[in-house]
Amino acid sequence: MIINHPLLGPRDSSEFSYLGDAALLNRPSAKSETATDDFYRYQYLRDNPPGEHRELWYHEHGDRSWLVITRNMTTHAITKVELARDVKRAMIEASKS
Amino acid sequence: MSLIDINNPLNFTFDGKAHSGFEGDTLASALLRSGVRIVGRSFKYHRPRGIMGAGAEEPNALVEIHEGNVCEPNRRATTIKLFEGLTAKSQNHMGSVNFDFLAINDILHPFLAAGFYYKTFMWPKAFWEKLYEPIIRCAAGLGKLALTPDPDSYDKGFLHCEFLIIGAGPSGLLTALNLGRAGKQVILVDEDFHMGGRILSENYEINSDGGIKWVTEALNELENLPTVRLLLRTTIYGVFDHGIYGGLETRTDKIGAPGPRQILWKINAKHAVLAAGATERPIAFANNDRPGVMLASAVRSYKNRFGIDLKNTALLTNNDNGMLTEANHIIDIRNGHHITDVNGRKGVTSVTLNTGEKLKADYVAISGGWNPNVHLTCHKRARPIWNDTLSCFVPDGNTLSSDMSVIGAAKGTFSTHGAFRDANKVSEKLGCKTIPLPKTEDRPIDVKAFWHVKGTKRAWVDFQNDVTAKDIILAHQEGFSSVEHVKRYTTLGMATDQGKTSNVVGLAVLAEATNQTIPQTGTTIFRPPYTPVPIGAFAGSHRGQHFKQIRLTPSHKYASENNATFVETGYWKRAQWFSRAGEQGWRDSVDREVIMTRKSVGICDVTTLGKIDVQGRDAGKFLNKVYVNTFSTLKVGKCRYGLMLREDGIAMDDGTTARLSDTHFVMTTTTAKAGPVFKHLEFARQCLYPNMDVHLISTTDQWAQFSIAGPNARKLLQKIVDPDFDISNEAFPYMACGELTVCGGTRARLFRLSFSGELAYEISVPARYGDALIREMMSQGEEFDAIMYGTEALGVMRIEKGHAAGNELNGTTTATALGLGGFVSKKKDCIGKVLSRREGLISDDSMTMVGFLPVKQGDKLTNGAHFISKGETAKALNDQGYMSSVAWSPTLETYIGLGFLKNGKNRKDEVLSAVDFVRHNHVDVKVVSPHFVDPKGERLRV
Amino acid sequence: MRYSAFRIAIEALKGHKGWKPVWRKPEPKPDYDIIIIGGGGHGLATAHYLASKFNQKRIAVLEKGWIGGGNVGRNTTIIRSNYLLHGNEGFYEFSLKLWEGLEQDVNYNAMVSQRGVLNLYHSDPQRDAYARRGNAMILNGADAKLLDSAAVRKMYPFLNFDDARFPIQGGLLQPRGGTVRHDAVAWGYAHAADKNGVDIIENCEVTGFKIEQGRCIGVETTRGYIGATKVGVAVAGNSSRVMAMAGMQLPLESHVLQAFVSEGLKPLIDGVITYGAGHFYVSQSDKGGLVFGGDIDGYNSYAQRGNLPVIEDVCEGGMSLMPNIGKARILRMWGGIVDMSMDGSPIIDKTHIEGLYFNGGWCYGGFKATPASGYAFAHLITTDMPHKTAQAYRMDRFARGLMIDEKGQGAQPNLH
Repeated sequence: MIINHPLLGPRDSSEFSYLGDAALLNRPSAKSETATDDFYRYQYLRDNPPGEHRELWYHEHGDRSWLVITRNMTTHAITKVELARDVKRAMIEASKS
Repeated sequence: MSLIDINNPLNFTFDGKAHSGFEGDTLASALLRSGVRIVGRSFKYHRPRGIMGAGAEEPNALVEIHEGNVCEPNRRATTIKLFEGLTAKSQNHMGSVNFDFLAINDILHPFLAAGFYYKTFMWPKAFWEKLYEPIIRCAAGLGKLALTPDPDSYDKGFLHCEFLIIGAGPSGLLTALNLGRAGKQVILVDEDFHMGGRILSENYEINSDGGIKWVTEALNELENLPTVRLLLRTTIYGVFDHGIYGGLETRTDKIGAPGPRQILWKINAKHAVLAAGATERPIAFANNDRPGVMLASAVRSYKNRFGIDLKNTALLTNNDNGMLTEANHIIDIRNGHHITDVNGRKGVTSVTLNTGEKLKADYVAISGGWNPNVHLTCHKRARPIWNDTLSCFVPDGNTLSSDMSVIGAAKGTFSTHGAFRDANKVSEKLGCKTIPLPKTEDRPIDVKAFWHVKGTKRAWVDFQNDVTAKDIILAHQEGFSSVEHVKRYTTLGMATDQGKTSNVVGLAVLAEATNQTIPQTGTTIFRPPYTPVPIGAFAGSHRGQHFKQIRLTPSHKYASENNATFVETGYWKRAQWFSRAGEQGWRDSVDREVIMTRKSVGICDVTTLGKIDVQGRDAGKFLNKVYVNTFSTLKVGKCRYGLMLREDGIAMDDGTTARLSDTHFVMTTTTAKAGPVFKHLEFARQCLYPNMDVHLISTTDQWAQFSIAGPNARKLLQKIVDPDFDISNEAFPYMACGELTVCGGTRARLFRLSFSGELAYEISVPARYGDALIREMMSQGEEFDAIMYGTEALGVMRIEKGHAAGNELNGTTTATALGLGGFVSKKKDCIGKVLSRREGLISDDSMTMVGFLPVKQGDKLTNGAHFISKGETAKALNDQGYMSSVAWSPTLETYIGLGFLKNGKNRKDEVLSAVDFVRHNHVDVKVVSPHFVDPKGERLRV
Repeated sequence: MRYSAFRIAIEALKGHKGWKPVWRKPEPKPDYDIIIIGGGGHGLATAHYLASKFNQKRIAVLEKGWIGGGNVGRNTTIIRSNYLLHGNEGFYEFSLKLWEGLEQDVNYNAMVSQRGVLNLYHSDPQRDAYARRGNAMILNGADAKLLDSAAVRKMYPFLNFDDARFPIQGGLLQPRGGTVRHDAVAWGYAHAADKNGVDIIENCEVTGFKIEQGRCIGVETTRGYIGATKVGVAVAGNSSRVMAMAGMQLPLESHVLQAFVSEGLKPLIDGVITYGAGHFYVSQSDKGGLVFGGDIDGYNSYAQRGNLPVIEDVCEGGMSLMPNIGKARILRMWGGIVDMSMDGSPIIDKTHIEGLYFNGGWCYGGFKATPASGYAFAHLITTDMPHKTAQAYRMDRFARGLMIDEKGQGAQPNLH
């Protein structure tokens, strides 16, 4: 596979390592009363859809960026590549407003 | 006009017999010219077999080439370019190829029908493994592999282009000309050693001249176009995601030729044009596998390209293309004629027709129509569709990947004119001007579907695996009606030719049996590779010592000079121990290193520990998130032990982190976890806390780091550290750290840390000074009898001290289990804290790390033993835990161990059995504190 | 129809006219006592044991394609019970014992062949971890031997002993491990279940569950609605998408695992060898092909095909371990979709929906589990209680902190 890195352009997927569902960006609050259950769901449960999937990749043999990649799990077609920190920052902003 | 150079004869041997051929021959053509009829034996029935095809589709002519450690089995004679001195032999026979004892199977065939083995060999039960299977295994297989390392070299390369054209027949060549003239980056590949495709094998004209002339001119031009690269003898074996194509180039089959024998290309292409042609298919009729029965297209190849006249040929065809074959007898299925049997066991002598007529013939040329080579269109799981007019599967434009176009015979365009027209069309689509269409034949194929002559005798569908029409019908009768079931039950298409000639015929026979049309019956999907690819080519140079990279520590050279034995620690090679004269074995060396260190001073290279620089205004806050304990309060100039959890609450890694300034921390990790911890920290930084002002960089390779341990450690260091710096106990106490200079101005960092339990420091200098520093320290240490110690002594001392290491931090243990529960800060959240409180991780029954001593002094403890309470039987239900680390302690003169025990913290002094079945070592052990040496930690503070 | 050598001889003389289908092709009935979704190895084994050992009647297996078309037909055929943790080892040893009597039980030769599974070690810590594992195996009634490098060399002299980046120090051998003809397992279970009246319905895809008042009462399929008292799901690889139809989210991801087979070669490797310093394991089939594989591709996928980096990684491992196989050629490569669970171990459990049972999360090790999985699932469906060897395979183990994590990798499926 080829991953079009937002900063570095197209790179071979062998430079990257894979983590999993981008929902991992959404770490729950430890202060909540339901924290134990929230963390269980966060850590263990996955949608695992046969179609489009937003997922985290790490440019381990490159610039060490974490990326959020939108990829189809059946065709492997990649439709979007974002820097994870931008995605997370936008999430933080959104939660403030 | 053939492509044979009769002025250039080549000598070779087949089955030990000398033959000769010419430059331009394949092994197959040379054998045919020499009159060799039987070239191998079939897989199951050991039937004599001759050459059937002229290319990659060949099912019969599999040979071993070369001998000894370079012997290569299962090569298709039809794709071996003949060279001087080639030695080849036939395979899969017991006796000679002409008299094979295993041909008995052919007589026993009624008992060996499809899937017979699933129904028998079950009684008596033990006989399968002891008798039946060993016999089957010995009989199975084709060629033999050498038992010594493959001496050939294989290389890999990347290629990038706009257009990859696969196949250099008429459509591929014309496309390459169009795109190349337009200045596009083009790679044209062909599996053959001569480009031209079918043009080389037919005798029709192009632009009123010989076809080969047109090919020659096209190639001359292409070779001179600057943006075109031609790859001969290169097979595109697979299509992968996002425009990556796998290619295998065979440079040579000669032994000892310079350079790699094969090159595995990874080709990145924006667009691929598949012009891979088509493969002719046979027809199933009784004894259609006799030597001399060939594909009609192959007969023409041998005649036109290789100049071999196969005399006395009978042609069986169901289409006009087959009619191009010169033959003594023409049996045209479209006129109601066909062959019902072939006579002659070791070679065709005559054929019997459905009219009852018997015709004398030495060769039978069959044309059952053509199958487009759609394989590469399927690698991304698109399925071809059936075309009834052409009677073949063609690529489905609707499911075909948008970055691939298919042209020419691969698309079902069977005339040469059509192929040229396809080429021009696709060139236009790809934005290029086209050259006028060359004038040539445009004959329709006019095929009448015909697959199988029904009869009582066996009619072969898959020649190599001996699958007959009857087998397919039997499979259907037994309920195996899905194509995939038929393939699996009969092994149809599973042989080394991957069903190139048999799949569609098999499907058609199944369709007849099920009274369905072919599309109703299904299609089978083609998987990579298109033709088999050597394992060696995929491995390339990554073998032997080059399997993985090697990382050497800064003191490696010094250690080698001092009789170090090295051990693999991940990719690092670390000194395990240093042998001295008179030492009988590793234990002597390790004992000495421990004793000398505890008595005076020892030095160990600890560069391999991961080092991560953490900088920024929020660095302390950030460390609070990733460590269970608090770091934001750590004073500048101090170190602190830190424990890191995974988010699931399990201990991930530990190490010390030093604060060099308000905004600058230096973290150490274990050797094994340096990479994963760095990745984890980057995850936390970018994905969880992107607004923190913190930056990370790995500096493992930038700093050489040594541990100096033992009562004389300070004295030694004082001789190294520049006098401006006070490292007395008062000025530089336990857990202090600082930046200073050594050896007259060399920049260094000093940390007062102890893994061994002794007064100890870790000193780091820029990696390039590591070698000089170790030499200087060893020389300055002479007065203290300073020694270097390796990872074994390091391990012994940490076990004596009761420190958990990799064996204990094994990914399943919690902070509590490691006896580190007290480190977990109650005041703050950190990664892993919430889930570490789950019931299963904190129950009383959960495992705790404790120490173990043998009850009987001198008993040996073994790592991996399990604990069973005294008086209980040794079974899973009674398992109390396991030993995770053991060492002979030269300090205490006994074996000592660390391990995990259920409810361990409340079981001090209990005696248990440590059972080690696999090492036959059962001993009684007593539960003790894991801190064997200096439990109060006085030594490290002096 | 009973299979035997005698029967073959009779049929041979009669031109094989008398062979009947190995299983029938029945039309679905309006309702069943038990429906098993998934006609793979686990589903068919479940049906067989339900009918033969748990005395259940009116059972159907629903398969969306052809039986045995999932991972039972695309694995590397290895059976073994060499696990470290008791939660797994007891179960896999039970499975191995069932394998040992399989052919006589189902009257079909699946070629169970116990030629030994050898896991190599290349370092002291690896040796010690194998010692712990070997002892755990023996505590569970399995067999294990810890070999040194001389003993390994005697078994397989052509391995790389002389020029290895990571020299072989020895291995953990399970002599009772081995291989089985994978397709025949599906067919054998189908044959035996069919004989006991189980309806095996192919080309019947489940498109929804009918759930009323917290109870599953049937399934919608491409061949119409089928009612059921109990429904068991055994569709590993597709577990998430099937259970999503019941509104459930699972602790697993789908990943692609590639496997490879070489051209046929004369006998080279007798048993199964697993490299301890790279991702490579290999055996040789009765037909002579080297059957091998390595690591999963590492990213979520439903595509049943893999990519080059893993192919190269596997072959690099292969050449490092067995430098003589350079000229053995890969004939076929394929990908299977596996349920990678969050701790690398499977799930066999009830769901919160009454009458709906789940079996999945087999990671890359489902084939060897087939008999025990079927048996334990049949036990669960019949009695509503887990089988004694499968008690750890609960759905709630993650919430409770009772993971069965053989590799100690935590909640990241692609590391297991």
